Amino acid sequence: MSVFCSPPAFSGLTALAMYLLTCEMSTSPSAGLLAAAFMGITPGYISRSVAGSYDNEAIAIFLLVFTFYLWIKAVKNGSIMWGALTALFYGYMVSAWGGYVFITNLIPLHVFVLICMGRYSSRTYIAYTTWYALGTLGSMQIPFVGFLPIRNSDHMSALGVFGLIQLVAFADFIRGFLPGKQFQKLLTSMILLIVGLGFGGLILLSVSGVIAPWSGRFYSLWDTGYAKIHIPIIASVSEHQPTAWPAFFFDLNFLIWLFPAGVFLCFQKLKDEHVFVIIYAVLSSYFAGVMVRLMLTLTPIVCVAAGLALSGVLDQFLVMSKPTAETKAKANAKDSKAYGKMSSPVVGIYSYFSKAFVSGSMTLYLLMFVAHCTWVTSNAYSSPSVVLASRLPDGSQHIIDDYREAYYWLRQNTPDNAKIMSWWDYGYQIGGMADRPTLVDNNTWNNTHIATVGKAMSSREEVSYPILRQHDVDYVLVVFGGLLGYSGDDLNKFLWMVRIAEGIWPDEIKERDFFTARGEYRVDDEATPTMKNSLMYKMSYYNYQSLFPPGQAVDRVRGTKVPTESPTLDTMEEAFTSENWIIRIFKVKDLDNLGRDHSNAVAFDKGLKRKRAAKRKGPRVLRTE
Amino acid sequence: MPAKRHAASTASAPAPSTTSTLSSGPATLKTNSSVLDITSHVWQQYLANTAQRTLLLDAFMAFLVLVGGLQFVYCVLAGNYPFNAFLSGFSAAVGQFVLTASLRMQTSEPGSGSPSKPSSKGKNARFADEDTEEDTGISHERAFADYIFGSLILHFFCINFIN
Repeated sequence: MSVFCSPPAFSGLTALAMYLLTCEMSTSPSAGLLAAAFMGITPGYISRSVAGSYDNEAIAIFLLVFTFYLWIKAVKNGSIMWGALTALFYGYMVSAWGGYVFITNLIPLHVFVLICMGRYSSRTYIAYTTWYALGTLGSMQIPFVGFLPIRNSDHMSALGVFGLIQLVAFADFIRGFLPGKQFQKLLTSMILLIVGLGFGGLILLSVSGVIAPWSGRFYSLWDTGYAKIHIPIIASVSEHQPTAWPAFFFDLNFLIWLFPAGVFLCFQKLKDEHVFVIIYAVLSSYFAGVMVRLMLTLTPIVCVAAGLALSGVLDQFLVMSKPTAETKAKANAKDSKAYGKMSSPVVGIYSYFSKAFVSGSMTLYLLMFVAHCTWVTSNAYSSPSVVLASRLPDGSQHIIDDYREAYYWLRQNTPDNAKIMSWWDYGYQIGGMADRPTLVDNNTWNNTHIATVGKAMSSREEVSYPILRQHDVDYVLVVFGGLLGYSGDDLNKFLWMVRIAEGIWPDEIKERDFFTARGEYRVDDEATPTMKNSLMYKMSYYNYQSLFPPGQAVDRVRGTKVPTESPTLDTMEEAFTSENWIIRIFKVKDLDNLGRDHSNAVAFDKGLKRKRAAKRKGPRVLRTE
Repeated sequence: MPAKRHAASTASAPAPSTTSTLSSGPATLKTNSSVLDITSHVWQQYLANTAQRTLLLDAFMAFLVLVGGLQFVYCVLAGNYPFNAFLSGFSAAVGQFVLTASLRMQTSEPGSGSPSKPSSKGKNARFADEDTEEDTGISHERAFADYIFGSLILHFFCINFIN
């Protein structure tokens, strides 16, 4: 990954961009400062920006906010320069994060709403067309995107609005030469007509297959059940699950109830930029409810809105001075009879009591927010995922360093070009810390690759071994938390591997086979034969029983006893097991010197007679080479 | 494009009350004038009201439309084999058109007294009481500098993309 920068630095830049963005929304300078401060400490964003987190989303959010700032600038000023800058940062965003589609759709929607509100002006035209023409070309330079902007429906709304705004501009131009009265009717009818035509055309093209169908991630935004049924790989990522309600409060604390207030304030002013805030707020709150990960896109707008609301309140109560005598007199003169009582002693928001009360409670909330953020950050987000910390009974901290131990072992004890197969979650870590090539990593977009790994993990050894040979795998790495009670291990992710593999090879891997007759996912004696014979199961429990007295081996994650006999591994040998057994690395055996297949060889080594070994075996397996 | 003018004129034709004499226009527009009349009226208004520089820009835009249209027709007829090349050529035309249109809007708005502004302002009055931001004066020089900046980026991308 070429884009590697320190997340905290980008966090600082994000706060800066947030200040600029919010200052565009409000005349009060305190709004921007508050929003920037919120952005800096809100857990929703700190989860990505703590030092040591290894994620390009920290960069992406900065780019998101800054692109929006430039966009607002462009709409306000109607200058080509700002539009071009928006496009440039949009291009950078495209290269950094797949979430750029959010911008691609939000900006056209903003323009569309502006047009529908009758707020079209040449400034809108200039900003939008410049952004679209340059930004689309820019995004097409990124190899990952390529021709998507003209093929994929995700991008079609931008193209549609681009066409629409040309027509609107032309209509506006013609209107200059015609009596204005009838024109409004003409304009709206024309918009309706064009949108109808465009939408029909879009559907037609989608159906006829000229345009690629909406990508799966997009579907899962609308139909939350979609991913689970059709694309296990999307549903398998925990961050793609629907958000639980407490998560909103956990990540945003009191901002979440300032948020609607800020949006309401935007409704009161309702200029171009406020429309933008409203649209962004509505869309992203929906999306954040659908996917945990998209909480990240909600956070900036929540900070903006909360900054606006809070600064509104504080400005009202702190800065606003008592109406002086003459203004009061003026007011009284204006509507003397109706509000005659107004001149009585200071009450309402001018009294010191209400000022002190409101500002005091706001300060309290702010302090609580800081405390909450600090607590969340220290507890939930600042523990690096490769080093686990736990508490011993006496309260002292115990560091579980199995990941680094294992990666270091790989680095020291394997040849430079040894290929490691693991589930894709560990791809980056292996690549970065062990410096070895992996079969799949976190950025693998080819579903089949991941499914191949899933198939190898969930099949019998006789099936897996040829797959491993074909892909030149030298070592297989599994994560096993059974000894320690570390629940994020591979056996718990195993069903996803099965499902993803099933998506590609439905007749070879069946999820049902991994459940017992009563529909339970078990690893103990009652586990199904398919489960017991799967490579993942064997690797996880290989020799695990030797740690315990006979018959008492316990898996602390699943909370069950483990079969008394260790599974046998014919095609692999254990290469390394870390201190707490979290990481286990197995070496894939080479082909047998004597041309036997591996189960025979192992049986021979054990001193068993050939006949018996042959009888025990299932279908004979072809050698691969 | 002519189709739209047609639509515009039909919509304006049945307007009941306005005998609509545009103050600056050379010819007057009757309520019951035919489609052709209105079209030619618009055309004459355009010729009369547009400054020489703006006409030049318009000619350039028409040329760009022509170039883009030719490429598109070629793509439809002869296949889109070097798709990159077609795409960058086409989007160069489109982008340049759009940029030129933007430049035209920025430069022709305040000076030439095109009557589009007051009417659009009247429409916006519902939302923003006094749209003072309507005339954030971007000077002609600044507009042209922006235009060059945008064009440079556009053509850099195009050349990079053309393979």
